[in-house]
Amino acid sequence: MYQNQGLTSSRMARLKYATDMDKSVLMNNFETRGWVPVSPDDDWNFYWANVQSIRNIFSVDCGYRLTDDQVINHFPNHVELTRKDLMVKNIKRYRKDLDKEGSLLAEKDENGRYIHLDFIPQTFMLPADYNLFVEEFRKNPNTTWIMKPCGKARGIGIFLVNKLSQLKKWSRDSKTNNFTPPTSKDTYVISKYIDNPLLIGGKKFDLRLYVLVTSFRPLKCYLFRLGFARFCTVKYNASINELDNMFVHLTNVSIQKQGDDYNAVHGGKWTVQNLRLFLESTRGKEVTDKLFDEIQWEIVHSLKAVSGIISNDRHCFECYGYDIIIDDNLKPWLIEVNASPSLTSTTSSDRIMKYKLINDVINIVIPPGQPPDVRWNRVPAKEHLGNFDVLYDEELAQQDMVSGDPKKAGTMFRGKRDGSRPSPATWK
Amino acid sequence: MGESNLSKSYMQSLIEDLRTSKLYTDLQNAAQAEISKPTIRLSEIKKGVQTGLTNSGWDRKLRNAIFNFLQTHPKVPYPVPPPEHVKEPLQFLRKAQLQWEKRILKSLNSMCTELNIPLARRRPDKEQKEMLQKWTELGIEGPDLSQIRPVYAPKDFLEVILGLQNPNYRTSDTAGFFAMWGIVQVPLKVKSIDELRLQYSDMAINQCQSGIDDFVDIPQELFDMERVKLGRKVIAANHGPIAQEFSKKGCPTSLREHLWRQILCIELDEVDVLYYEQLKVNVLQHDLLVDSLLYKDVKLTATNDDQYFVFEDFLYQVLLPFSRDTHVLKHFSQNSATPPRSYIRGKLGVDEFMVLYPPNGVIPFHGFAMYVAPLCYLYKETITLYYVFREIYIRFFYRLHSISSHPQGIVALSLLFENLLQTHEPELFFHLKSVGCQPLKVAFKWLVRAFSGYLSSDQVLLLWDRVLAYNSLEILPVLAVAIFSFRKTNLMKVQSYNAAEAVLADLTTLQVIPLIQLSLFSK
Repeated sequence: MYQNQGLTSSRMARLKYATDMDKSVLMNNFETRGWVPVSPDDDWNFYWANVQSIRNIFSVDCGYRLTDDQVINHFPNHVELTRKDLMVKNIKRYRKDLDKEGSLLAEKDENGRYIHLDFIPQTFMLPADYNLFVEEFRKNPNTTWIMKPCGKARGIGIFLVNKLSQLKKWSRDSKTNNFTPPTSKDTYVISKYIDNPLLIGGKKFDLRLYVLVTSFRPLKCYLFRLGFARFCTVKYNASINELDNMFVHLTNVSIQKQGDDYNAVHGGKWTVQNLRLFLESTRGKEVTDKLFDEIQWEIVHSLKAVSGIISNDRHCFECYGYDIIIDDNLKPWLIEVNASPSLTSTTSSDRIMKYKLINDVINIVIPPGQPPDVRWNRVPAKEHLGNFDVLYDEELAQQDMVSGDPKKAGTMFRGKRDGSRPSPATWK
Repeated sequence: MGESNLSKSYMQSLIEDLRTSKLYTDLQNAAQAEISKPTIRLSEIKKGVQTGLTNSGWDRKLRNAIFNFLQTHPKVPYPVPPPEHVKEPLQFLRKAQLQWEKRILKSLNSMCTELNIPLARRRPDKEQKEMLQKWTELGIEGPDLSQIRPVYAPKDFLEVILGLQNPNYRTSDTAGFFAMWGIVQVPLKVKSIDELRLQYSDMAINQCQSGIDDFVDIPQELFDMERVKLGRKVIAANHGPIAQEFSKKGCPTSLREHLWRQILCIELDEVDVLYYEQLKVNVLQHDLLVDSLLYKDVKLTATNDDQYFVFEDFLYQVLLPFSRDTHVLKHFSQNSATPPRSYIRGKLGVDEFMVLYPPNGVIPFHGFAMYVAPLCYLYKETITLYYVFREIYIRFFYRLHSISSHPQGIVALSLLFENLLQTHEPELFFHLKSVGCQPLKVAFKWLVRAFSGYLSSDQVLLLWDRVLAYNSLEILPVLAVAIFSFRKTNLMKVQSYNAAEAVLADLTTLQVIPLIQLSLFSK
């Protein structure tokens, strides 16, 4: 394969890219590689598209056919994972399916909660599940809930609810005269608010982790080591008076940026390494390892939940932004998955990190030294992983199982916990 | 411990110190409890009580207390020198320190006059209540700091050190006799690389270390797990010297906070909690000018630091009470510095109206908060954080900003840095010197802050492991030299001070332990 390196590298030099986004971390990467910019309508090899373009390219009417040397950064129906209501629906269905199969993964405790798969806060769709929600609300009337519009990102349209009266608008009654099914614009998900978040320095934070998927069937996914924690600028306060103060509750940088206390030098961002150092020093290694193992576990299962439903187009890869909140029992909760995590850099270390992210993504989807070819086996060389770690490779795991080398299968899932549950490898 | 070679007077002061400690009464009570036990035989009462005390762990506590005393009190030579010689034996350095203090005070006073703010004022009750309410979030609405400026920065202090001259010693302009390329002019005896190799022999390349052999890509079974297992045993033994010996190869992250507390002999009880609460009340009652300096310092350093901003509020909860803590004054018996004095208005010079200002005698400078910041990763309880910081400060960090001839003082550390660099990287030193970049001008700030804020947080902790374990700050110049060696290729290309500074601006990617090994053991 390597004898005509000269030929391939000269062909490499002509690699053509298109992008919908004029982001410096993208452009710098493309330019460093000596790639040539072309319009999205031309013959590109690599297209970093926004989700609208994806919809057009893969729509039935368009009839666009991608060739073997074209790679694009979204799966056609990624919304199954990245729209809040669909993700919840798919995870619920996944758990039910496993339960039916009698899988040990779907084991439940005495309260009927899944032991291993209880990783999203209890959630209902509105208006569809309004009655179910009301039933649940009455069971625990003192809980706070968080309302999020399904199709929006960056904290837009989010508010907290602790009285049913705040939801009259979404009740079945007000919709009786309206027979048109609601579009994603006016559907909401309502989730139990994690009101006991882990606080550090008295402040709330969430985790933003980057996960690259190069194939759903078989599942091949990678976790980026340089994730970060995003801190609120204001001290956390669960009291009802502060329910309207979004600086207390939402960690989205786009929200926090508007606050008076926003610091432009670090942007309220703390590296996962620092978080780990703090937790390991103050709480011990075992619980910290367990937390990070659980985070990996949740990511893998959220992907498995949609792996059957995503149209596994071999031209596609996708880099997701996972949002995770850790509660004060050190349990991680998957909040949502973003299809287009922000590539805007708020600080200089942010820019470096995002530059590396894109660089490493490209190295994994188009192995350096080879022309783009969607028929390749999608097993990147170790030295091309950069800051990514293999989170799970279904194909390799199965091969190792078959070849009877369980130790090698353990490169992805090391050790077994409580019999049924493999624990993912620890990462730092 | 073998034959004691401690002088009689030293033993006496040790015994006196123990007598006045809380441990003494505790021990007495415990002994009494032992005596009243029915199992004790009257004929063997002494032996019985002693075994009882040993079995109930009091013997360990006593040993730890003695260990603590030995660590913090230098052996006094005979005949006993006058107290000012204990502080600093060389007269010209004593004078220089005194003058430096005068300068600091003058600048502090002129800031007071200029801004028309008092050194101290009593807070009205209402303000006290408000402050108490937001005690855990003092960072949000601090005082107005726009006019406040740090009293001095490491750069100013370096100027003073460079100006030091021994009047009995001629650093002749004629080359030859004392041909040092460096800029520290004070001849002090500092260690050679061979002596350092011996001192740090536990860090040798053939010894497994926390900070190298516990990296992610090395299987845990090879080192990490065994190390943690051993560490747990060490902690269970609860004896300072053992913890210290163990830490020479670095502390596993999850055990560090405990090991450090054992090395520093910090065991908190209710008295310590009360004491901290009292300091807090003192903060609430009086507003001091140093508070603004501390606030300003946190805002200028930790608040803007992407590793430490999270802990901003903890820093106030440590630094403000620290400035009120008169326990800190004790360390001035060994420190060449003397706590600044102030007089009640209108009574200047009258001794009865003299107060020490601030109450702990320490005037913060730019970067002071960074002595606390890395500790925030270890202690989530403010009180523990407070006492650990206080102990580390009065054992080590005060030496980094006072002028003395002590081998761990900043002057000797600077000289050690220059000597090592000149001896082992003469080409590099000469190049930098000839393009107008004296290496110490870059490295000085690292030394003064013990690298806090320059390295990444985990690396600072690994470095401080060794400071505590070897009971010495000499590891700081060793690391500084190692960094210069490591970046040598790029430094050899620079043609100006700014370019050299740029090469050395970002140290956050460095792994300190391999670097130190490289410079100590590779040649």
